[in-house]
Amino acid sequence: MSEGWCRGRSLALFVLVILLPIWIAGGFQSDELLQDDEEFGLEGGRPAADPQPPTNPIRSPIRRRPDLDPPSGSADSKSVQFSLEHNLGASEFSPAGTFTARLKSWSHGGQTLTKLRFSRNALTEEEKRAFERLLKEDGHYTIRVPSNVLNPSGEDYVISSVRARCIPRESLDEHFVIHTDGVNIIAVNYGSAGACQYPRLLRYPAKWSFTSYTVLKNSEQAPRTPTFAEELLDGEDGLGEGVKPPEKSFWAKYWMYLVPLGFIVMNAMTQAMNMPEEQQVAGQSTSQGQVAQRAPPTTTTVRRR
Amino acid sequence: MAIRACLGLMILLFSSTISTALFEDQVGLADWHQKYIGKVKHAIFHTQKTGRKRVVVSTEENVVASLDLRTGNIFWRHVLGKIDCIDQVDIALGKSPSKSLLHAPANMNVGKDNLILVFGGSLIHALSSTDGQIVWRKELSTNSLEIQQVFQPRDSDIFYALGFIDSSEFVAYYVNYKNGEVLQQSKASFKSGFCGEASLASNDVVVALDASRTYLVSISFRNGVITFQQTYIPDLIPEFSGKATLLPSKYNGILAVDIASSIVLLRVKGVNELEIIEKINYPSAISDVLPLSKEQQALAILQHDESRIHIKVKFDTDLTNEVLKETIQLDGQRGNVEKVFINNYIRTDRTHGFRVLVVMEDHSLLLVQQGEIVWTREDGLASIVDSTTSELPVEKEGVSVAEVEHSLFEWLKGHFLKLKGTLMLASPDEVAAIQAIRLKSFEKNKMTRDHNGFRKLIIVLTRAGKILALHTGDGRVVWSVLLPVLRESETCGNPFVLNVYQWQVPHHRAMHENPSVLVIGRCGHNFDAPGIFSIVDAYTGKVHNSLVLEHSVRHVMPLPLTDSTEQHLHIVIDDNLHAHLYPKTSDAVKIFLDEMPNVYWYSVEVGKNIIKGYSLEIKGELDMAENVFQPKELWSIVFPSESETIALTATRKMNEIVHTQAKIVADQDVMYKYISKNILFVATVAPKASGEIGSATPEEAWLYAYLIDTVSGRILHRVSHQGAQGPIHAVVSENWVVYHYFNLRAHRHEMSVIEIYDQSREDNKDVWKLVLGKHNLTAPISSYSKPDVTVKSQSYFFTHSVKSMAVTATAKGITSKQLLIGTIGDQVLALDKRFLDPRRSANPTQSEKEEGIIPLTDSLPIVPQSYVTHALQVEGLRGIVTTPVKLESTTLVFSYGVDLFFTRIAPSRTYDSLTEDFSYALLLLTIVALVAALLVTWALSERKELGEKWRYKVQLSVLDE
Repeated sequence: MSEGWCRGRSLALFVLVILLPIWIAGGFQSDELLQDDEEFGLEGGRPAADPQPPTNPIRSPIRRRPDLDPPSGSADSKSVQFSLEHNLGASEFSPAGTFTARLKSWSHGGQTLTKLRFSRNALTEEEKRAFERLLKEDGHYTIRVPSNVLNPSGEDYVISSVRARCIPRESLDEHFVIHTDGVNIIAVNYGSAGACQYPRLLRYPAKWSFTSYTVLKNSEQAPRTPTFAEELLDGEDGLGEGVKPPEKSFWAKYWMYLVPLGFIVMNAMTQAMNMPEEQQVAGQSTSQGQVAQRAPPTTTTVRRR
Repeated sequence: MAIRACLGLMILLFSSTISTALFEDQVGLADWHQKYIGKVKHAIFHTQKTGRKRVVVSTEENVVASLDLRTGNIFWRHVLGKIDCIDQVDIALGKSPSKSLLHAPANMNVGKDNLILVFGGSLIHALSSTDGQIVWRKELSTNSLEIQQVFQPRDSDIFYALGFIDSSEFVAYYVNYKNGEVLQQSKASFKSGFCGEASLASNDVVVALDASRTYLVSISFRNGVITFQQTYIPDLIPEFSGKATLLPSKYNGILAVDIASSIVLLRVKGVNELEIIEKINYPSAISDVLPLSKEQQALAILQHDESRIHIKVKFDTDLTNEVLKETIQLDGQRGNVEKVFINNYIRTDRTHGFRVLVVMEDHSLLLVQQGEIVWTREDGLASIVDSTTSELPVEKEGVSVAEVEHSLFEWLKGHFLKLKGTLMLASPDEVAAIQAIRLKSFEKNKMTRDHNGFRKLIIVLTRAGKILALHTGDGRVVWSVLLPVLRESETCGNPFVLNVYQWQVPHHRAMHENPSVLVIGRCGHNFDAPGIFSIVDAYTGKVHNSLVLEHSVRHVMPLPLTDSTEQHLHIVIDDNLHAHLYPKTSDAVKIFLDEMPNVYWYSVEVGKNIIKGYSLEIKGELDMAENVFQPKELWSIVFPSESETIALTATRKMNEIVHTQAKIVADQDVMYKYISKNILFVATVAPKASGEIGSATPEEAWLYAYLIDTVSGRILHRVSHQGAQGPIHAVVSENWVVYHYFNLRAHRHEMSVIEIYDQSREDNKDVWKLVLGKHNLTAPISSYSKPDVTVKSQSYFFTHSVKSMAVTATAKGITSKQLLIGTIGDQVLALDKRFLDPRRSANPTQSEKEEGIIPLTDSLPIVPQSYVTHALQVEGLRGIVTTPVKLESTTLVFSYGVDLFFTRIAPSRTYDSLTEDFSYALLLLTIVALVAALLVTWALSERKELGEKWRYKVQLSVLDE
């Protein structure tokens, strides 16, 4: 009885142990947005409540805003506009869209670009044909933006390219990550919105319009764990808490001793239960054996004599 | 329970710090150390108290050294800093070497030693000639003074220091030799300016060239009054055209002028009187004048005659006759004579004998006496530019029986001795013999491949344009070749070497074909100068192919492609960014064209702060004879020049092998390393803080670290360190980068680590996806996909400043990694990568401890036992090169600077082989003893059993009866 219960329980435990990680891995899907939300703004002023940029793509031709919105109260922020140019395999770059951003001046003297917005020009027929040609020959689609957005000198451009075949999906999906040091653009990471499979297959989009996602990235500070001295001080303050590991249950702590102990006890019990009859049987048999064994030596001794 | 026990054992293994320290008797077993001094610029002979002859030299590697004149060994040596250039050395007291001690005045209170004056710029150091200690140092002027000459009139307590300020003003200082005190100084300016060096003609006249190099200017500085006198050179030498050079010399009244085709000797009779004595045709070299007596001086002239060198010694009183004429034979790999220094001695028959110290074109140093080369020093090895390794030939069949027998006997003898040593039975003599056998192991110096791959050739390229192959066993030079194309010629004016690459590594025909290396150079220091291309056999040093290219060389990219003859394909980018494919065969082009859409390259323009990425394209028809491809600009990253300047770029080694992409972390979890060969690490600093440490305040200084994908130009990670400043050193390996810089806020050096992990493979942890085959483990990775990466980083303080950094490399990449850090003390420190784990935390959990994570500390520990160089120093350390061997646990480490050091290290100990000291004889003896015991006991038991059986049988038979 007890053995059966025990087996059943351990089986259940085993199943649970096996299933738990699978279930966790399969069932848990973090919806946390990994990029920090504050520093980038999406085209079209998406609602702040929505944490996932890809779910709310803005089609540029529809929400094209050539003008900047009026200064929103704060005197230390102004609008900046710079153009995106692209190259469809030809030798020349041609305008393809406009970025609009707010330049925020900080009290300590620094300036940062925030609230980046982007409007894409619609593809002309000629551009569409050029793009198709690019798709056919698996060429590079190249874009550029001026590196100095405040006063573009027309010399230094930040260039980025992607294989044209990476872009088409439902529409033409593109993804910009603009790295700035506050004001100057250091680099633009331009590419498809998701994975780009290799080998790249020729595939035309259903809609010949761009779906753009833009992210503005500033640099982050390198993490530095507090110095050892600070750590020591911290340790003194909160000596009681945090250091103690969470209390485990009695079973969790000592199961490896308890299980064999249980077995031993059970073994002993069954033995004890069987003991009386066995002893009787054993007693009889042994006495008989003794008698039987004793007989021959006597005979041999007799014979030897 | 078993798992727990296993884990416990693992923890025990991991937590025990793995030390790579050596025992004293293991020094020199697997490592070697060679000391060099570099190309000699100046030499002075002097005699020590005990009569030992020495020569004090200063070299282009900023070394002052004293060499033993009998053997060429280094007696003492000082390696000065990079910016402490030496222009001249001289002995302050008693210039005549054989008389220096006799002429030392008795009132000299600095000690009985001579002072050696060393000067550079406006600084003078006085060194003791016995031990090289600095006695005093003096800065003569804070202006841009260039001291040209230091000399001392005989039996005088002062010496003269003569120099130019801004190449237009002549200054003469009178300095006390004992303490460096300036007693008197006089100045005069010269309108048309001076050029180059000044030559001392007599005790009060110096001769220099004017700025146009067509006038000789005699300067008299008697009693502090300076006067100038100009002489137009074509007036003296009618065939002169072009520009003249003064040869640095200190002749009394004689001047050597190098005009385009020959050397002209002039006698200075007075301030305004010059007279031609002799013209010597090229190639030749001429020594300084050696005063023998008050009125007689000797000088040596060396002239080349193909591979022979004629040495002539003449007296200045009679320049038409030679006192001594000798001829020496040289092997062809030393080039021309560059410098000669003459020294005299008294022969057994009381006449003057002469010996000359010769500096050759390949920077080697020879001492010639009585028509023979007494010793040579291969000092070109002090200026290694680049290195690569080559496997040795495969051992071929047909080794003679006698050799085997000999080695068998030796082997047995050796093992018998070793056995005695292990059993503590050996006498001290035998212990010494054992050590000698171990050090001079026949095995390690063989010229064939070994099973573990320890024996290799290190092929080094020196600044002189010489290629040498060093054997890893003992560091001997196997072959050397001075490349003819890298010597100065009419087609190539100012050649200098760039890199050496592996050109051909035969695998299929390893028995019949030799590997070869590619040497790339450039004719001149500008990027647009034509390139030099040379292929050299790695076993023999034979030059297969050598040419001056029609285009320039900016980058060389070895491709991971080989043609049908196993030659590696190389792309050479010229100054116009055109790509040239080598080897220039149609076969290579065919192979390359298949892969061309996947070839990307980048260029870092440090001055402009731009990094650009390119692919290759063919414009029009491809010329099969030329194989030229055009660049197509794909991406660019522009660093704002007002806030960032590129300080350093680093990439992964092309041939690095990563064992697994997965990293098992605590709690049976998996992280996927982002492994890409296209990662470029770039560090930029604030322009204000790009100078030396301390030139900027912490507020003005910052450092940005970038990880860039060089195919798409994406910035994968960008992080800033406020208050940090260079010099930066970095090493990239697998999915991590470690960089070293100075933290101005903490006033300490710091090392940071960035590890980058791939999130896009995170789904593969789902067991069901694995079971159903829906994983993306086998899908090819494209750089154009949006990267989904996470980054972990951490910073630690580090005590030392760093000269060079490298990481260990093993054959399969299984063994844990160690960082090799060239410290400021010119040693190589091995630091376990586990100390630079960004996941270290102050209180690691139980499972993290099991994983081997070390609790977080503020700074990185420096374990004295983990110095790879143990007690030795690699003076002037410049580079550390690691090479994998066949044995997974082991890495070869070659570090070079002025010195060379080679060793092999095992970052996780040699877990896959027995050590060399393992006593096979003891093992054999144990087995024999065991077998013997087995037989004896078997026999005993048999006998006993037989006895038992007999007894039983007797009993039975008794029964039967």
